[in-house]
Parts: sequence; C-alpha cells; structure tokens
Amino acid sequence: MIPRPFEYHAPSSLPDALLLMSRYGEEAKLLAGGHSLLPMMKLRFAAPGHLIDLGKIGELKGIEQVGSEIRIGAMTTENELIWSPLLAQKLPLLVEGAGLISDPQVRYRGTIGGDIAHADPGNDHPALMLALEASFVLQGANGERVVAADGFFLGLYSTLLQPGEVLTQIRIPIPPPGCGWCYAKLKRKTGDFAAAAAAVLLRMKAGSVEEARIALTNVGPTPLKARAAQTYLQGKALNDASIAEAARLAMSICEPTEDLRGDVQYKTAMAGEMTQRALRTAASRAR
Amino acid sequence: MAIPREVSFTVNGKPVDVVVEPRELLIHTLRERLHTTGPHIGCETSHCGACTVDIDNMSVKSCTMLTVQCQGAKVLTIEGFEQGGQLHALQEAFTQDHALQCGYCTPGMITRAYRLLQENPHPSEQEIRYWMAGNLCRCTGYQNIVKAVQDAAGKLAAKAA
Repeated sequence: MIPRPFEYHAPSSLPDALLLMSRYGEEAKLLAGGHSLLPMMKLRFAAPGHLIDLGKIGELKGIEQVGSEIRIGAMTTENELIWSPLLAQKLPLLVEGAGLISDPQVRYRGTIGGDIAHADPGNDHPALMLALEASFVLQGANGERVVAADGFFLGLYSTLLQPGEVLTQIRIPIPPPGCGWCYAKLKRKTGDFAAAAAAVLLRMKAGSVEEARIALTNVGPTPLKARAAQTYLQGKALNDASIAEAARLAMSICEPTEDLRGDVQYKTAMAGEMTQRALRTAASRAR
Repeated sequence: MAIPREVSFTVNGKPVDVVVEPRELLIHTLRERLHTTGPHIGCETSHCGACTVDIDNMSVKSCTMLTVQCQGAKVLTIEGFEQGGQLHALQEAFTQDHALQCGYCTPGMITRAYRLLQENPHPSEQEIRYWMAGNLCRCTGYQNIVKAVQDAAGKLAAKAA
C-alpha cells in the first residue's frame, strides 16, 4: 500500500511551517507522528498534495512547568510523556492514559498534538484533556490564540483549528495535591481503539466528593464531558449507589456508533462500566 | 508525479544515498533499493511489527515512515546485529530457547527487544510483555519469546559486569 504522490516539506521553524501552510492552503496536511495520517494516506482515505512535516521543528517539543501549569510541546511523543519524571509527579492521569495508547512502536512516533488535532473520537488524549481542563495554543499567520479543550472538539475529525493554524502547545493546570486519577480503557487488544474509556480526576474532602471530572472516549463523535454525573457527585460520599448513579448519568449522554467493537447498547454499557472502574480507582488513589 | 528527492542516512553504520519519491515508505527502500530484506512486510497497516527497525534509538514500524523523513538518521536492522561472525545475545537466545517457528516476526522481535533492553536492561516478564506488545507472532504463543528476551538480558548483564 503506497500513498498517492505528494510533495514533502520539512520546515525547520514554525514561521516556515506557517508560510508553507498559507502557500498551499487546502492542499496541505500537517504531518506529526504520522501514525494516523500515513495509514489513512496508504488506504487512500486521504490524499494531500503537500505534506508539511513538523518533525524537524525543535520548538514544538518538550515538557516544562511554568508557574502552576505544565506546558507540553505539541510534537512531544507518547513515550516522552510516559517517561517524564515531571509528569509522573504532577499529571499521573496523563501518563496513565498515554501508556494505554496503541503499542510501543507507535508511542515512539505518535504525538500528543497529533492525537488531539486529528480529533478521531477513538483517540485518547481528547478525553484526558477534558478531564484535565487543558487549553491549547493555536498559532496562525496572524498570531496565537489560547482555547479551552472543552469546546475545542466540534465533531468527527473537526476542531476549532482554522485553516492555516497549528496546535503548538498544550497547557494543563496542575491539579491540587491529593487528587485521585484514573484512565479506565476497554480495548479488545493492544493497538486497538477503546470500545469505551473514561478519564476521571477526583478531589475528595472529608469523605465526600469536592470535585469530580469525568470525560469519555469513543462513545460519541467527540470526547464527552459527563457534566450531569460530575454535578451529581459533588458533595456526595462515594459508595456503590452513588457510583452506579454517576455511571447511569454518564451512559445517558453516550451516542456511540456500532462497529466491530460492539453495538450501541454494549458500548454504552461499557462506558458506564469504565466510569465506575475509573471512579473506584481514582477514589483509592485520592488522599 | 512528485519530484524525487535525495535522502542520505546510515543503515547498520554504512552511509547510503537514495533518490526516492516522497511517498516511498522506508520498508520499501530498505528491501527493494538497499536489499536489506531482514525487516519484513507483514500487515502494512502498522499493527504487526514485522517491519520494525531502530531509528535514532527508537523502535519504528518502517511501513509507517517515509524514507524522506530519514534524512540524517541512523537506521539499525537485524542485519546489523551480528558482529565479526558472532551472533548478538538476543539472536543466540532466540535460537536456544526456540523463540521462533516460521521466523517471519523474528527480525522485528529481536530489533524491538534490543531497544527494550537498551532502555531497561532488567525487565520483568510483565514489562517484556507490555513493551513488546507491538510485535505479533502467530506461531509461538510468546512464551519462548519472553524467555529468550529474559535470557539475553541475563547474558548481556553478565557480560557488562
């Protein structure tokens, strides 16, 4: 399987990349890790005339703490997230999620920015970003803007990114110490997308929920924030009854598509099950 | 047709220059232009890992990388493991432990295991299974592959000590 012919560009700076994007417009696609786009091009589902490889742009890589937030360059790979001592300490939810993405080889190449910007509902970072209340830096020819993850995902492969804009950085506020976390993902095998998955960040106070953030993967055209479940849990003790009710509320917003991973009813049920598991594990990790 | 481009990199330490269309995949350049046929084409969809090569200290599925992306890269394939007629500890262990039957997945398995042991010289069985999960074997059931990686890790550690 070989892609259709295209011209390849490997700019060494962001301004050069933006220039190429404005020159080639709709004909161009950005290449990040290439583990979604290249397979799509090989299957001829995508046939861009120009490929702009972001792989040589050093400023798009790296993980750092700035004040009370973590900033991650969009071209940082999954394995770099997994091996980051800073993230292990400050954002273990992100590390856990990245570790469940695809397989080791793919994680050497696949990037957090590519995973987010591609906006495949099966991708894991979008729901993680909702649970972490991340924001994204979008850079265009006329400057940059910072947008919240919540509201960024518009539909299947569709985001707030405008033509000519690049996602350059992910900014994540560091959760307060003592937060519990979990990314519970059901997948048929290594390398598969989730049948359903739930990202949970949990803050407890004196035995009851101070704040619960719940986001779901692959049970709708975009990642879903389970707002009703979050609101319901606020101030409640976590027990079998409250966890089951939160899962029921999370299931009520699911609208998965039937495929080889299961039918609508099964996937919805699994989204509930993943929500329950993620809440229980997060509670066990909360202090 | 896009204009062919010149790309220079090294394969197993040897400098190579190729002229390729941007759409040419690394696995095709390795096998068809450079006659490096150790890396195999299995699924062609980035699942099976038979085409795994080591690029700049990363295990990469060479069916999912363009040759033009390899400008300046250091590529290691299974052909680069034997040194002076001496098999690498992983190759020895795969032979001794019967870690292959048909052998189709073996170059990718060994190349991946090599990078794993570079990063983690003493992996547990669980770590081997997790970090080798991008390579599929349809014959062995993985038991002996895991054992071979463990044995090779032991031999390499003894040699380093």
